[in-house]
Amino acid sequence: MTRQNNTRPTRGPGGRGMRGMPAGKMDRKKAGTLMRVLRYMMRYYKWHYLFVLFCIAVTVYTQLQSTLFTRTLIDQYIAPLLGSAVPDYGPLAARLMRLAAVLLIGVIAAYLQQRTMVTVGQGTMAKLRVELFSHMEKLPIKYFDTHSHGDIMSVYTNDIDTLRQLIGQTIPQLFNSLITIVSTFTSMVILSIPLTCLSLVMVGITLFVSKKLAGRSRGFFVAQQRDLGRVNGYIEEMISGQKVVKVFCHEDKAIQEFTELNENLRSSGMNANKFANIMMPVNGNIGNIGYVLCAMLGAAIAINTDWGLTLGTLVTFLSLNRNFSRPISQVSMQMNTIVMAMAGADRVFSMLDEPVEADEGYVELVNVKEKEDGTLEETKERTGLWAWRHPHQADGTVTYQRLQGKVTMDGVDFGYVPEKLVLHDIQLFAEPGQKIAFVGSTGAGKTTITNLINRFYDIADGKIRYDDININKIKKPDLRRSLGIVLQDTHLFTGTVMENIRYGRLEATDDECREAAKLVHADGFIRRLPNGYNTMLTEDGSNLSQGQRQLIAIARAAVADPPVMILDEATSSIDTRTEKLVQRGMDALMKGRTTFVIAHRLSTVRNSDCIMVLEQGRIIERGNHDDLIAKKGRYYQLYTGSAAES
Amino acid sequence: MISLLLGYVGKYKKNAILTPLFTAGEVLMETLLPYIIASLIDQGITPGNMAAVYKYGLIMLALAFVSLFCGIQAGQHGAIASTGFAANLRQAVYEKVQTFSFANIDKFSTAGLVTRMTTDVTNIQNAFQMLIRIAVRTPLMLIMAVIMCVRISPSLSLVFVVALIFLGIALSFIHTRVGKLFNIVFQKYDELNGSVQENVSSIRVVKSFVREDYENEKFRKAAEGIRGMFVRAERVIALNAPVMNLTVYGCIIAISWFGARHVVAGDMTTGNLTSMFSYVMQILMSLMMLSMVFVMISMSMASLRRIYEVLTEVPDIQNPENPINTVENGQIDFNHVDFAYRTGSGEDTLKDIDLHIHSGENIGIIGSTGSGKSSLVALLSRLYDVKNGSVEIGGHDVRDYDTEALRNKVSVVLQKNELFSGTVRSNLQWGKEDATDEECWAALESACADDFIRALPAGLDAEVEQSGANFSGGQKQRLCIARALLKDPKVLILDDSTSAVDTGTDARIQAAFAKKIPGTTKLIIAQRISSVKNADRIIVMDDGRVDAFDTHENLLKTNDIYADIYETQVKGGGDFDEAK
Repeated sequence: MTRQNNTRPTRGPGGRGMRGMPAGKMDRKKAGTLMRVLRYMMRYYKWHYLFVLFCIAVTVYTQLQSTLFTRTLIDQYIAPLLGSAVPDYGPLAARLMRLAAVLLIGVIAAYLQQRTMVTVGQGTMAKLRVELFSHMEKLPIKYFDTHSHGDIMSVYTNDIDTLRQLIGQTIPQLFNSLITIVSTFTSMVILSIPLTCLSLVMVGITLFVSKKLAGRSRGFFVAQQRDLGRVNGYIEEMISGQKVVKVFCHEDKAIQEFTELNENLRSSGMNANKFANIMMPVNGNIGNIGYVLCAMLGAAIAINTDWGLTLGTLVTFLSLNRNFSRPISQVSMQMNTIVMAMAGADRVFSMLDEPVEADEGYVELVNVKEKEDGTLEETKERTGLWAWRHPHQADGTVTYQRLQGKVTMDGVDFGYVPEKLVLHDIQLFAEPGQKIAFVGSTGAGKTTITNLINRFYDIADGKIRYDDININKIKKPDLRRSLGIVLQDTHLFTGTVMENIRYGRLEATDDECREAAKLVHADGFIRRLPNGYNTMLTEDGSNLSQGQRQLIAIARAAVADPPVMILDEATSSIDTRTEKLVQRGMDALMKGRTTFVIAHRLSTVRNSDCIMVLEQGRIIERGNHDDLIAKKGRYYQLYTGSAAES
Repeated sequence: MISLLLGYVGKYKKNAILTPLFTAGEVLMETLLPYIIASLIDQGITPGNMAAVYKYGLIMLALAFVSLFCGIQAGQHGAIASTGFAANLRQAVYEKVQTFSFANIDKFSTAGLVTRMTTDVTNIQNAFQMLIRIAVRTPLMLIMAVIMCVRISPSLSLVFVVALIFLGIALSFIHTRVGKLFNIVFQKYDELNGSVQENVSSIRVVKSFVREDYENEKFRKAAEGIRGMFVRAERVIALNAPVMNLTVYGCIIAISWFGARHVVAGDMTTGNLTSMFSYVMQILMSLMMLSMVFVMISMSMASLRRIYEVLTEVPDIQNPENPINTVENGQIDFNHVDFAYRTGSGEDTLKDIDLHIHSGENIGIIGSTGSGKSSLVALLSRLYDVKNGSVEIGGHDVRDYDTEALRNKVSVVLQKNELFSGTVRSNLQWGKEDATDEECWAALESACADDFIRALPAGLDAEVEQSGANFSGGQKQRLCIARALLKDPKVLILDDSTSAVDTGTDARIQAAFAKKIPGTTKLIIAQRISSVKNADRIIVMDDGRVDAFDTHENLLKTNDIYADIYETQVKGGGDFDEAK
């Protein structure tokens, strides 16, 4: 297909439709992920978790005791008492007190287990969230270009939540089931070997049937997920374009297409759910059948043989048989949950595994004072004077080089994807204190150039130098601190207007923030807001107009008071008159400092020292306004509006 | 609310009723089992009577098979009913949305509508399935088990009464405490996700200002806060399992003690005692399930409410009783129109608009962002209704037309326009369903979109990705114009639809309009003076009012705003293109 524009790589449509397919099988990769989850849990809460396991063992033990007691009760107390003329309930009372004590311990263990698990589960989640977030903050911009925001968000919401369930519930439950199976099985073997064999046969049948059912349902589940993805995709597309549907009276057609997709989903969903729904009754009732068969076989043994199968033993065995088959069918459900959770865990880990923005820089930006002899001295306070601090590895010395704001690009090529360059052989010389403008149509590469200067992206070929230092040698945070940027898309944060302006320099006082706002003519409208500078902004400043948001963003950059400024369509939504005033303020602020300006209103860039005209990733003309007019090229055409007639 | 939504079960009503019936059958069989095992013990094992063992054994086997059959039936009908219900609901919401006016859509927002049709419907489907299967199963199980216990021994059953009272008090205490805490937790949770969302979309700002550490600290505090709240809430929930265990154990000990005395006294058999133990488990299990069902249902209530909102929303634009079906001509009259968005600040977006445009006139509209240009043209095809005054097309109030007939003749190319996945042809056919190739090409030519479509190997059959992602901004705009032209409209409105098209092509499109559709009234909203200056007359909008309505030459002389825009754009040096 033709993608004629130099657009950034676009994301696939509509998020991911295929979530949580029941797989039932645990492949090696999933097992690896599971181990990683366990390791993660163990890292901070090893002892807690071991304690939980201990508590589970105690709980299971007491549960088993309560079941086994039926046998003791019937065989050792009721049977003898039945025979005696004057029943003495003393021993039974004493035995029941002992049992009560054991069971109470079990209750306490259950409580401790639950309570500790809360600490472990929530603690792990909080740590994981924070780790994920701080890792995300370090990821390169490219990551955010290639992953839809919805997908990133769903890692924080859905995927972490699945993990919480896994760590807090499924894994302890699984452990509980396993201990129960082992201990119950042991007790069963002790009570009666022939009955145990019968139980095993029944369990085998259960497992076989479940496996058959799961196998047959898998195809339906895949179909359901596919159809669900289609329906959701269709809904997303049509509802996003709903206004167009209205304008073209396309409602009937839209319903017709939807009906078909919806019906497909219904039918595949029905089939998938049918299988899922009969799993439980089938397992349960095979259990019931086993129970009955055991009762019959047990009765036969008790009556016809002298293998010592007492009534108490048989009754107890029947209960044990239940306790044995229940966790076995639970385990297969828990395994399914784990497999599904692994998909979520995979997404969490794959985000944690994303390589962070590389930074091999070593040159730092510092504030300096100029001493009388002209040498520079590093200082903590803001002096308005910056220097690059070069440590020299060879001899351990440090030299300071004054920041001037000279930016050069030499033969720079760049593409968002390696196969497709969007900038070709860019040459650029910005002398300290100059105002450099980029003009050109949408997609010509203006914003891309500025994104290279602050190293949001790394170039494919060529060199970018800042005060003659290769920018790769400058630490990224220091490089970015030296550049004040007002971005094309304005983003504000939840908080007051004052906090939003202070974002530019966290230690700025209220007065400094107000000064900055005045400088860029934002003060007037801010003071007219309901609570002035203390007005809360929510949802990216949705309670302000586009132009007002831009003014706050400019104030935010102004309060940072950076040595070099990049204004990317910073005033595009501000009316022409206010723009002139803002421009004047910014020019005053940036006097003697280098400024890069991107604008489509040519009036904004006319007083620039150098104007670069970009077209399809190449600089096709350069010079100041008068040069370019005299040249009668592309700029001239645009400026005089003669393009329309040409 | 519930009854309205349940109406959407529709033709799956039969299945929805059969499910609980079969479930009831299954429960009945399951609760009979322990009762019969008592007989097997007392009449078979104790006296050593094998015949009785076989008799009761076979009865139980039969019960188990009936139970299996009922369980399978219940599961299948449940699946049919719940997926059918979900499909009906989804369909209903979707069809309802199709009747919505722009104002209705604005109210819910696109994202809100999508969530309702996807996540919310799925939630309800699960809750419904739960309701007709588990919600019937557990109370029935409880009742049956209690009945059986009372039959065996009324006095021993008192143990259950005590246990149930204890459990009821404990559980309701836990759930009320937790309910409150969780409300706070979920609110905080939303805030936390909000802050992630904010950081994801503003990552460039964060990085530009090197605020990663600052944001981390902010996030860490929020995450810790949530952890604290969650721990408080879950510690209360942690009481759930021990309380259950305590009750079960209490019952076992009490039944052992009193049961032993009853058996020894001879008013109860050993078999009966064992079935009491089985019922203890059944009763408590069903109670456990019951509290789970409550949680599920209360969770799906929010989804129910959100869907209910959509289904009961009244579309605020409806067809008149005896609609006019033909639009005579493209004459436009605004008679003292006031207009306000329902969802806006309440302030009028348009104030006292009085405009009269002749059929076939070529009108330009210019003005700053927020001055009301788009709102003005949106009234023409009745995308919104006026507050005061009236809008007339072809001499009739737009509210008297059949909406479909009106919109077919008043063609709008929206500012935020969309192409749909499919082919170029399928997109164009939105304008005219049976458009021939010739008609398509003619429309493309008028919109200056023929050259790049011709360059595609598949031509009209070239694929269009979702929202036209494989075309550039300018190409998309031209395709949208072509699509609107295919309607053969009496009035054509371009709402800033050539902003990404270069000036030269823009002029060619306008020239094509003048030549090919001279009889159509054309309204063109633009940011660029060059796009409107050749219009017959130009409307200058400012702050919701018509500031001036005149020709280019006259406006230059008489209107300050127009002159100012002209000054900055043309005299002050053209304009590369509009990014917007």
